[in-house]
Amino acid sequence: MEHQEHIIERYERAWILFGLAMITVFIILIGYMMLTMGNTNPVGAGRIDATKVRTEGDFANPRVEQVGDEYVAYVQAFAFGYLPAEMRFKVGKKVTFYITSPDVQHSFHVHNTNINVQVIPGEIAKVSFTFTQPGEYPIICNEYCGIGHANMISKLIVEP
Amino acid sequence: MAVKSFPKIDVYTGAPEKKYALYMMMLGFAALALGTLFGPLQAFNYGGLDLYPLLKPVFQNYYQGLSLHGVLNAIVFTQLFAQAIMVYLPARELGLRPNMTLAWVSFWMALGGLLLAAVPLLLNEASVLYTFYAPLKAHWAFYVGAAIFVLSSYVSIYLVLEMWARWRKANPGKITPLATFMAVTFWLMWFLASLGLVVEALFLIAWSFGLVAGVDPLLMRTLFWYTGHPIVYFWLLPAYTLAYITLPKLAGGKLVSDPLSRLVFILFLLFSVPVGFHHQFSDPGIAPYWKMIHTVLTMFVAVPSLITAFTIAASLEVAGRANGGKGLLGWIGALPWNNPTVLAFLLGFLAFIPGGAGGMVNASFNLNQNVHNTVWIPGHFHLQVGTLVTMAAMGTAFWLIPHLTGKPLVARGMALASQWLWFIGMFIMTFALHWMGFLYAIPRRAHISGSPIAMEAYKESSAWMVLNIVSGIILLIAAILFFYVIFATALQNRRDPSQVMAEVPFTQVISKPEGSSLALLTERVWFWFGIAVVLVLLAYGPVLFQMFTNMNPVPGQRLW
Repeated sequence: MEHQEHIIERYERAWILFGLAMITVFIILIGYMMLTMGNTNPVGAGRIDATKVRTEGDFANPRVEQVGDEYVAYVQAFAFGYLPAEMRFKVGKKVTFYITSPDVQHSFHVHNTNINVQVIPGEIAKVSFTFTQPGEYPIICNEYCGIGHANMISKLIVEP
Repeated sequence: MAVKSFPKIDVYTGAPEKKYALYMMMLGFAALALGTLFGPLQAFNYGGLDLYPLLKPVFQNYYQGLSLHGVLNAIVFTQLFAQAIMVYLPARELGLRPNMTLAWVSFWMALGGLLLAAVPLLLNEASVLYTFYAPLKAHWAFYVGAAIFVLSSYVSIYLVLEMWARWRKANPGKITPLATFMAVTFWLMWFLASLGLVVEALFLIAWSFGLVAGVDPLLMRTLFWYTGHPIVYFWLLPAYTLAYITLPKLAGGKLVSDPLSRLVFILFLLFSVPVGFHHQFSDPGIAPYWKMIHTVLTMFVAVPSLITAFTIAASLEVAGRANGGKGLLGWIGALPWNNPTVLAFLLGFLAFIPGGAGGMVNASFNLNQNVHNTVWIPGHFHLQVGTLVTMAAMGTAFWLIPHLTGKPLVARGMALASQWLWFIGMFIMTFALHWMGFLYAIPRRAHISGSPIAMEAYKESSAWMVLNIVSGIILLIAAILFFYVIFATALQNRRDPSQVMAEVPFTQVISKPEGSSLALLTERVWFWFGIAVVLVLLAYGPVLFQMFTNMNPVPGQRLW
């Protein structure tokens, strides 16, 4: 029994070291990828009065603007859809989305990209992305927002 | 014709804590039975099959069913099971009786809160899912009932700490027995973890009564996830405790290391709470460096689970070899697979391995972008809470109900079948959900089968959808078998003490705590609790301070 105990303790120690090493590698990789591989994690771009989203400011006029060689899009995610209803961009140009909600929480998930934004009323989310493939990209709401949640699907078009 | 005589004696005289544990657990299983009925409906939904129109007179929509499924299974069942197990085990181990008056207070609080919250849920007045994100606004009875229900767990915390203090007074200088140590650290972790939910409930109750016009949705989310991640350890640790304390003995072996098991629970006490931002990676309003800090802390909370994987596997190997298993893998076949409790744990842990790997993906700041709020997420947690946690509870019920009541287990074959089917059903379903979420971005919690737009958008994943229907049918059969077994066992008239385990199967250990410096170090529970508080203050303090001092309230909406 004494002998068995020592063998187990040796394996135990090796396993814990392996676990710690694995986690350290993961953390380093996450940090490295975040810094170098086009970070699409949404950040806050200020706050807003949710009850005035539809009547005042940039979001009252949801639109895509071309600014120099880039695009800026002001997007409303509402129950149950998105405005502007259709967005078009040229491939290879940087697009910066500003997104907010006038009612409840939604999301802005662009399929086949890493854009996945939690849309929270009162908060303005900002995310930048450069589409490298032309085509149609579904936009999907993946946060429960009420009875029409499953219908809340739109699309954006990337032109060659 | 059976003639009923007056009950001769109360079988619980001399062991009233058995009656308490039985009532808590059976109330939990009753909640699970109702909540589980909605499970197959969810699975069918993700197979494109909409059965909700058939339920229309009683249940109004998919989201009402989903709210019942989530609240009853994830919040109600799990807490009641913890209140049964994590009070009963230390009471038995220490040979002490909890304060029975307060024990029943906690039971009636839990039942009262549950019934109060059930009314709006059943009337479609609280179809806000178990995350109840503001500004979706439920009926006040939902928030008040849920708060009373959760507060009943504070009574359980007191019960265990009081028993522990009594034991320490009578046994100065001794190391706390293992199950009690686990229960104490578990309840302290939950106390620290639950504070977010308690504060959130104060806001939501004031809001639902109309005392405040709005609440800040980001602050509510943050408070929710402050509790919402550690709550998964609140679900998981009773299963781990049972795996450490009872599984080695039931399998015919011994627990390999007592001190290491204590380290695991101290690590959970430290790292369970300051990790909630990994549910908010996609949220605006929280700076990326805070999210990265929580990423690192989340990775560390994997360590105690990795140690558990080793310790449980090694203990099972000891058991398998003691049963005559030879060779590198021969011990696996020598385990008592025909014991429904052991089977439930073995299959549960098997599912937990891919579930844990998926959890690492979710915890990664970058990778999470691909899966956030897709059906990958319910795929993940149905491997963890839906499989290991639930199967540990189901497996334990197979010996615990007989132990508590003196009534032998009925239909052992059905018990075994229920566990195999549950495991197979969950495996098929979670496999499909992971792929559907990752490859096709199919959103979680969406009534896609009722939406032609959605079915058109997701038609490429139709092959995976078929798997959901298959799994829903398998899981429904598994659930019927399981609930038949436990309710037929508990409700039969036959009592036969010779057919049941008279004692809790507490394991023996190979590496003992006496003389272990690690065990002595972990024994300073309050010191570690203090460190846990400091970690939480560091990881959450500045962000929460900022949010509390800059609230941006939004009025409520009812959109279902």
